Amino acid sequence: MKFSEQWLREWTNPELSTEALVQQITMAGLEVDGTEPVAPAFDGVVIAEVNQVEPHPDADKLRICSVTDGSDSYQVVCGAPNVHAGMRVPFAKVGALLPKDFKITKAKIRGVESFGMLCAEEELGLAEKSDGLMALAPNAPLGDSIRSYLQLDDTIIDVDLTPNRSDCLSILGLAREVATLNRGILEEPEIGEIEKAVEDVFPVRIEAPEACPRYVGRIIKGVDISKKTPQWMVEKLRRSGLRSIDPVVDVTNFVMLELGQPMHAFDLAELSGAIVVRHAKAEEKLVLLDGQEIAIQEQTLVIADEEKPLALAGIMGGEHSGVSRETRDIFLESAFFAPLAIAGKARSYGLHTDSSHRFERGVDWRHQARAVERATQLLLDIVGGAPGPVIENVNKEHLPEAALVSLRHQKIDEVLGIHLDRTEVEEILARLGLIVEKVNKDGWIFKSPSHRFDMAIEVDLIEEIARIYGYNKLPTTESVGRMVIPSLPEEKTSLRKLKLHLTSLGYQEAVTYSFVDPEIQRLIEPELESIPLANPIASDMSDMRTSLWPGLLKAAVYNQNRQQERIRLFESGLRFVKVNDNIVQEPMLAGLIVGPAESENWTQAKRPVDFYDVKGDVEALLASIDGDFSWKSARHPALHPGQTAVVMRDEVSVGTLGGLHPKIAKTLNLNGSVYLFELFLNSIANGRVPKYEGLSRFPEIRRDLAIIIDESTPYTEVAQVIRDCAGEWRVNHQIFDVYQGESVGQGKKSLAMGIVWRHPERTLRDEEVTEAFNNVISELNDRLGASLRS
Amino acid sequence: MDNLENLVGQARDAIASADSEKSLEQLRVEYLGKKGLITAQLKELGKLNPADRPAAGAKINEAKQQVQTDINSAKAELAAIAEAQKLAAEAIDVTLPGREPKAGTLHPVTRTMQRIEDFFIRCGYSVEEGPEIEDDYHNFEALNIPSHHPARAMHDTFYFDQSTLLRTHTSPVQIRVMEQRKPPFRMICPGRVYRCDSDMTHTPMFHQVEGLLVDKRVSFADLKSTIVEFLQEFFEKDLEVRFRPSYFPFTEPSAEVDIEWGRNPDGSIKWLEVMGCGMVHPKVFKSSGVDPEIYTGFAFGLGVERLAMLRYGVNDLRVFFENDMRFLDQF
Repeated sequence: MKFSEQWLREWTNPELSTEALVQQITMAGLEVDGTEPVAPAFDGVVIAEVNQVEPHPDADKLRICSVTDGSDSYQVVCGAPNVHAGMRVPFAKVGALLPKDFKITKAKIRGVESFGMLCAEEELGLAEKSDGLMALAPNAPLGDSIRSYLQLDDTIIDVDLTPNRSDCLSILGLAREVATLNRGILEEPEIGEIEKAVEDVFPVRIEAPEACPRYVGRIIKGVDISKKTPQWMVEKLRRSGLRSIDPVVDVTNFVMLELGQPMHAFDLAELSGAIVVRHAKAEEKLVLLDGQEIAIQEQTLVIADEEKPLALAGIMGGEHSGVSRETRDIFLESAFFAPLAIAGKARSYGLHTDSSHRFERGVDWRHQARAVERATQLLLDIVGGAPGPVIENVNKEHLPEAALVSLRHQKIDEVLGIHLDRTEVEEILARLGLIVEKVNKDGWIFKSPSHRFDMAIEVDLIEEIARIYGYNKLPTTESVGRMVIPSLPEEKTSLRKLKLHLTSLGYQEAVTYSFVDPEIQRLIEPELESIPLANPIASDMSDMRTSLWPGLLKAAVYNQNRQQERIRLFESGLRFVKVNDNIVQEPMLAGLIVGPAESENWTQAKRPVDFYDVKGDVEALLASIDGDFSWKSARHPALHPGQTAVVMRDEVSVGTLGGLHPKIAKTLNLNGSVYLFELFLNSIANGRVPKYEGLSRFPEIRRDLAIIIDESTPYTEVAQVIRDCAGEWRVNHQIFDVYQGESVGQGKKSLAMGIVWRHPERTLRDEEVTEAFNNVISELNDRLGASLRS
Repeated sequence: MDNLENLVGQARDAIASADSEKSLEQLRVEYLGKKGLITAQLKELGKLNPADRPAAGAKINEAKQQVQTDINSAKAELAAIAEAQKLAAEAIDVTLPGREPKAGTLHPVTRTMQRIEDFFIRCGYSVEEGPEIEDDYHNFEALNIPSHHPARAMHDTFYFDQSTLLRTHTSPVQIRVMEQRKPPFRMICPGRVYRCDSDMTHTPMFHQVEGLLVDKRVSFADLKSTIVEFLQEFFEKDLEVRFRPSYFPFTEPSAEVDIEWGRNPDGSIKWLEVMGCGMVHPKVFKSSGVDPEIYTGFAFGLGVERLAMLRYGVNDLRVFFENDMRFLDQF
């Protein structure tokens, strides 16, 4: 809420500078978002009256005016279209200093001398733009400084109120808070009861008393809507960010700002039969004040007459029944709507109004009639008219009650970690308007004030005590509480360790959005059902990712477009898929590489990454976990059909890896061969706790062999034969050459491998190794048709 | 016997001018070999008086030794020269860059999150995770934010349907843990959160770490000390911290936490809001099955990107999710 500091000071005036005041309310929990001066610095501008306007002999658009500041007369050349004799305007005398360092000097304009300048609001920094001189009230005191007349030495303070502090959504509330903080006096304006001048009343029927427990109304007949809202009121509204509209609307807005009670004025002539406060019926429509037509939802509370809805209760009035230029008689509404009846409703229409903002947070339920009296008083002063009697429709049963809250002294100590004396507690709560209802052994029962909707339970009061006492005066202790020592299973490799491993392998960690472009996602994983957001922020961020690849691919494109050639990225995070109508959220670890295998250097020739680079990285990563992983050739819609593998564990795929399908690379405008991997974190993270095996003191024996085999036979099958058939003393084997070429024949390949044997307790004999070796050779031939390469 | 001295002198000169191990070996044979010039002298001993023979023999052996020593040192010298030459030939430009396997980096969000986690892990907190697609109950209702609550407007929520949404904070993880286990609790919940908001200072996804400590007799004073210690540790500076009353539906009393972030021209502290915290609201305890008459607790929440920006001087939030490698490389 924005408010004028001067207005606040009319109600309570602590001996604090603006800065100190801002600091004080900020530290009381009314966070000040910003402050700005009401007007920029300027000097030497006074109120003057235009006595005479003559045409300029040499310029059509200029006038020669004679103005007076009450003591002297001045000749001023003026170009404003609205200048006329008799008007009072701001007059910058010679020597005046206007905003933006504009100094007024004696000048000759088209040959005519001009002593000063008549000002528009724009020239005084009071408006962005104006189309003529600023017309002041006819009784504005001549010669007075415009700054003091318009009270421009004022600051607009913008407080960002938390939802619980609806009581501060008015000058009354803010002043009450400031008075509380400073133990100051709150000077409220006199609001008396205005005598009725006519007998007219308009019937009101409450059909939803739980939603509207109090409805106060009054007719004012014969108002003159053509009157102007007084300058002081326009200024106060402006400083709270409200535009002046017409005197009736201005008064209702003013009362809302002043007392916190939203009000509405109907054109009496447009009301038919009676005011009915009820829930909307099916298929009712309403054109709102802002001109838009809405279909009213059935749970919405409306103000209607006997025929039609007139307003969304507590939110916004209708265009038709509002006050217009032709309005003669008005009906003022001041109601208490229960917060629960209004809460969330405005938002469901995409609306948010000053009124709904207040009602859904709670307005003081005692002050509806007072607001009507205040508005009447102001209206009579401005637009005149004859007020009818105030009618009040109350359903006490549904009105809120002042909450009775018990507070245990001990609980204050417990929650705040400080002991306060009884008198200190009582003094703080009394300042906040709480009344001691009862004192007992453990503490008190307090009665909450009607303007606070956030004082219902014990801890509400403890918070208030802490707030007024001062959070920063409260003690600080060493941390307490029993330690709960979380378990950390050793067999589980932490994500943190895996991430670090990947960075050691040269990968950079990316963080991409969890929602992706559904078109790209369909390209990558056409078979998975993705989960769309109902209200995405953009169409290319509208589906939850079913894989981390779309995000990584987008990041790769982004970097390629910025001349990054060698890209190695990884990301961890959830993927989201729908399985049998259930949402499954699984943590994944994925990576992408493209570009040269090594960063540019002078020792190696540049080589683009290939399948075995990404596979090697994943193997290194999995090796750090120590589990039984194996590899299988596979297919994936996003990957090259001949360069796709899955990582298997216990017969289940735990990850996929391969080259991006060239077609997709082309669609995405990616250059070079891209390789991707994605692993299911939960399936890979658990490994083994190491178990020591005794070291053999005996030598190992190695035999190498080269075989020729069909090129379609995967190496894993060859390795399986070696594992199966090389006997129990085989310790390991490795492949050190793969060759394809004419010398091995069409459709064939040559694999060269070494096998190592060792016995734990003795030296192996040569013939034992030979037997095992020959067994491998013959089994390779039997099972896979492999022949020894000669 | 004069001859012997001459021979030794000759040998010394020859050794000195020898330029290879091979020629030294030749000299050794020439002087000390079986038929060598000095060895030959031994044969002359027979011609001497038996009484003179030992002394003369000793002299000859001395001479042999002398020559052998000369050869040895000459060999060593040659070897040293040869080694020096070899080493010189092997000299390389050590200023050329090495074969560095260029390491990658952790994302600054991860880096920051790990620093936050490390502090609280040292204080005995566990790290808990939970789903990002949440239900309305855990994200709002259980946290004392019923559907009509104005605080919902503070959370611009991404929805899938009426009751399914992307979590707007990591607090639901705390609810889930409290539902499943018994107090006391000491946990932090790091993770991604989502708000339907995107401009210069908001991204639709960001990261939070929320913490919770629940036990008997946990007070606001404990909360204050935990937060102050954390912030001073995180920024590695004894900065001023202040607590400002605020409002969150799930805590009461609630506070915003400001840290000292420079000074104004008049010497006063410039305050910067960094996190929110408070004492767990009794309603939150009730919906999680914890008895608020027995237990009290505090909770806090902070934005990871915000702390990362302050710590590393990043001045644009959006850069965190562009994944520009020139950005990532800096951490």
